[in-house]
Amino acid sequence: MALDRSDVEKIAHLARLGLNDADIPRTTEALNSILGLVDQMQAVDTTGIEPLAHPLEASQRLREDVVSEANHRDSYQAIAPAVEDGLYLVPKVID
Amino acid sequence: MHQMTLAEIARGLADKKFSSEELTRSLLARIAQLDPQINSFISVTLDLAITQAQAADARRAAGETGALLGAPLAHKDLFCTKGIRTSCASKMLDNFKAPYDATVVAKLAAAGTVTLGKTNMDEFAMGSANESSHYGAVKNPWNLEHVPGGSSGGSAAAVAARLLPAATGTDTGGSIRQPAALTNLTGLKPTYGRVSRWGMIAYASSLDQAGPMARTAEDCALLLQGMAGFDVNDSTSIDEPVPDYSASLNGSLQGLRIGVPKEYFSAGLDSRIADLVMASVEELKKLGAVVKEVSLPNLQHAIPAYYVIAPAEASSNLSRFDGVRFGYRCEDPKDLTDLYKRSRGEGFGPEVQRRIMVGAYALSAGYYDAYYLQAQKIRRLIKNDFMNAFKDVDVILGPTTPNPAWKIGAKNADPISAYLEDFYTITANLAGLPGLSMPAGFADGLPVGVQLLAPYFQEGRLLNVAHQYQLVTDWHTRSPEGF
Amino acid sequence: MQWEVVIGLEIHTQLTTQSKIFSGSATTFGSEPNTQASLVDLGMPGTLPVLNKEAVQMAVKFGLAIDAEIGQHNVFARKNYFYPDLPKGYQISQMELPIVGKGHLDITLEDGTIKRIGVTRAHLEEDAGKSLHEDYSGMTGIDLNRAGTPLLEIVSEPDMRSAKEAVAYVKAMHALVRYLGICDGNMAEGSLRCDCNVSVRPVGQVEFGTRCEIKNVNSFRFIEKAINSEIQRQIDLIEDGGKVIQQTRLYDPNTNETRAMRSKEEANDYRYFPDPDLLPVIIEDSFLAQTRASLPELPPQKRERFQSQFGLSLYDASVLASSREQADYFEQVVGIAGDAKLAANWVMVELGSLLNKQGVEIDESPVSAEQLGGMLKRITDNTISGKIAKMVFEAMANGEGNADEIIEKRGLKQVTDTGAIESILDDMLAANAEQVEQYRAADEAKRGKMFGFFVGQAMKASKGKANPQQVNEVLKRKLEG
Repeated sequence: MALDRSDVEKIAHLARLGLNDADIPRTTEALNSILGLVDQMQAVDTTGIEPLAHPLEASQRLREDVVSEANHRDSYQAIAPAVEDGLYLVPKVID
Repeated sequence: MHQMTLAEIARGLADKKFSSEELTRSLLARIAQLDPQINSFISVTLDLAITQAQAADARRAAGETGALLGAPLAHKDLFCTKGIRTSCASKMLDNFKAPYDATVVAKLAAAGTVTLGKTNMDEFAMGSANESSHYGAVKNPWNLEHVPGGSSGGSAAAVAARLLPAATGTDTGGSIRQPAALTNLTGLKPTYGRVSRWGMIAYASSLDQAGPMARTAEDCALLLQGMAGFDVNDSTSIDEPVPDYSASLNGSLQGLRIGVPKEYFSAGLDSRIADLVMASVEELKKLGAVVKEVSLPNLQHAIPAYYVIAPAEASSNLSRFDGVRFGYRCEDPKDLTDLYKRSRGEGFGPEVQRRIMVGAYALSAGYYDAYYLQAQKIRRLIKNDFMNAFKDVDVILGPTTPNPAWKIGAKNADPISAYLEDFYTITANLAGLPGLSMPAGFADGLPVGVQLLAPYFQEGRLLNVAHQYQLVTDWHTRSPEGF
Repeated sequence: MQWEVVIGLEIHTQLTTQSKIFSGSATTFGSEPNTQASLVDLGMPGTLPVLNKEAVQMAVKFGLAIDAEIGQHNVFARKNYFYPDLPKGYQISQMELPIVGKGHLDITLEDGTIKRIGVTRAHLEEDAGKSLHEDYSGMTGIDLNRAGTPLLEIVSEPDMRSAKEAVAYVKAMHALVRYLGICDGNMAEGSLRCDCNVSVRPVGQVEFGTRCEIKNVNSFRFIEKAINSEIQRQIDLIEDGGKVIQQTRLYDPNTNETRAMRSKEEANDYRYFPDPDLLPVIIEDSFLAQTRASLPELPPQKRERFQSQFGLSLYDASVLASSREQADYFEQVVGIAGDAKLAANWVMVELGSLLNKQGVEIDESPVSAEQLGGMLKRITDNTISGKIAKMVFEAMANGEGNADEIIEKRGLKQVTDTGAIESILDDMLAANAEQVEQYRAADEAKRGKMFGFFVGQAMKASKGKANPQQVNEVLKRKLEG
């Protein structure tokens, strides 16, 4: 099930990646070649096999409910592209 | 001075033969002189290095000791270093001065190490040739026309070129072991959870693991000692005591059971490498090891499974790079979607974008079961293969890579051809096992590595085997010409 | 055509932990923007989440309270989408294996019947930040203080059939989470937010109609109005030959209408997958037992106890048990005053109307439970009459001190001295000689009403302080005499 141009455009939109029109054919080809590689998996019989998400299969540790963070807004915002009045700025958002 | 290993430096500093500052200044000069040839550093942290070296000398003068006190090293440029650019070799983070230190960085600094700089890498650790860096390709000191491997290619090239004795790396599918093999180094990927991932910019969270890269197993033991340990900030970090790795080096290999998987010797393996692997087996046999054939029946499925799991996790991990709070932001975004698409489209290089798209696709509605879930099931099959094999053997031995370092640009046309170079290394990440690559000879002047894998938390055993091997061989002592 | 309405609700409750669900930042409401946004909350590269134990415990408490299956192996998953108030580009939530499974909650309908509403599941997740749409150089400002605040999202079955039922359910849920002490329920501050899934279908049809989701409705009143306006919109649309499209909509209280949300126009593909930075959460049996033991008495048990222990009616008991604060207040009053029915009346009627008038909640009541209890004690020991008590209550509400002080200061103590009462009555009867004649001449039937006149005059003459029972007795004797 090879991807076509519109599939690639859809995926790129989902991932919010702005592709150059000229690059799309090459990207499509590369993605198809990668998917061709990973599609080899489909031949493997995994009936009854539990998926493995973490190699060591430990369980989640729980943190005590304690406030441990101080305010570092100035240093964190020193590396931000656009801030005003302590807020991060983005182009107008419409709900 | 630049030929000294970490262990030798530790002795020299302890014996007051030289100071950390002297050593640091000498290596900084060497970096300035030679790095332009190989491009292994993204940032050289001169001021920090001198400050840390002076502080280490002061601590030593005050009576403090420690194998890493005053030892120079560099960090792969995906470990966050406070106030210092942490770029992941990406345009996306070219302007990113991390607001905090990674746990690995903080632990090593506390041990007294001196940070000479941040090393080049494949962009966001995605690659095995170090060609996808925003700061240009890294060259292999053994042959400047060849790649050093990746993604920790800068760390590998810098150590191989004797610009410094050791460096940190990270390994998601072989990114420590493969460049170590291609540049004649010893590199160790620890058990998943052994080293904290806090502050290590994620590629694939369930596979990423930091580890040491150096010229000898002895040095890897020293560096790993400073890196390993439980961290409350990393939920996947494992609360297990850290053994004394240097103490584990000297055990006898008498009776050590070495497993060689029959599936390793398949069509894709360079016959010269196959021969060198078997030669290393012979050396180990002389040291008392016994060799057994084992089987990893699902080995061939590892690459497909990896190239679903890693991109899937990456596609999500890299969503935070959106031009809002840090990093690259496109010029004059006309709306929110434009801000996202152009910041990410312009900030990420082509390989990163490809992997994000593969991952987004593998997780998308209707494909999740066929891709992501299937890959996770295969992941269990692969882990089970190892669990079975380790019932009969203590370590598994094989080639680290199917080929020696290829020419820069040779695999650019087809991303898949580079993916296949991860054939031997990827399984350790999928299963979370510790793995080590050590120098085992040369093919036409290019280094060849042998990989050792061990059960969970048996880093000491890997270092022991490699160290005993290095006591009777001299591959690891050879330097590239001109460095 | 007759239409049936089908409603399901998703309620987001902010848990009252001190720190965030995955970081050590404070969760205080209303701080300066981005001063409670740590490295983790900002989604800084290299940062990792660590789960807050208290959030887990609160979710388990809730699960036990609605009699749900607890997910003893529950898993956090990433919900991937891009939005500026979502710093990581994904929300850590739970998908396939939530911490709370199927449960239920009973609601009391207007006619007094009880209806059981199914709860499909409840899961833990992190809240997003806030987008501030005031103009910042033509841009939107992002405050991430709220990002990472623990939320328990409670998803109901589509079991409700009217806006009123939906409101009753939200009220019951609101009361429950406050009872449990896991959410402050402050809807104005967004501590409890509601998404309403609404559809209509012809009566008798089995399949559900196409639903629309109204996002983020933030008061009981608006929930009712938003749902009703959406129901009407859907019915009008279908009756005009149109079709309902599955949509996310916003309710505008100014126009009392819902409108489609622009940011939700495209179909979402959230690409859920287990968060590789977090491990499965295992709820041990011991943790479960410990949590169960820490559960407070909940509304149904409390209602039953009020009936059996205090002899209250079902109605009184359920009203008093409907909120934890009210129930606690009531019990404190009973503890002091002794008379439960008297206490119930005063809490529900006099105190209720006072709070209503002042627009405050019972925990901010100007008359404390100690004060009210102290006053009721003076009714039961005959120090004051019920009528005088209303004056005393009003004075307490005005901050004039406790009942005894007010009674003392204003001299409101009931007159029980028989001699004093006789003299008051003698004076009064003398002043009303004509009426006394008429009374004595009247027949038994008429006397009842006339007797009340004399009582009133006597109370008036005593400024309300005469003990009414004694007035009755002595007056009867004197008139007969």
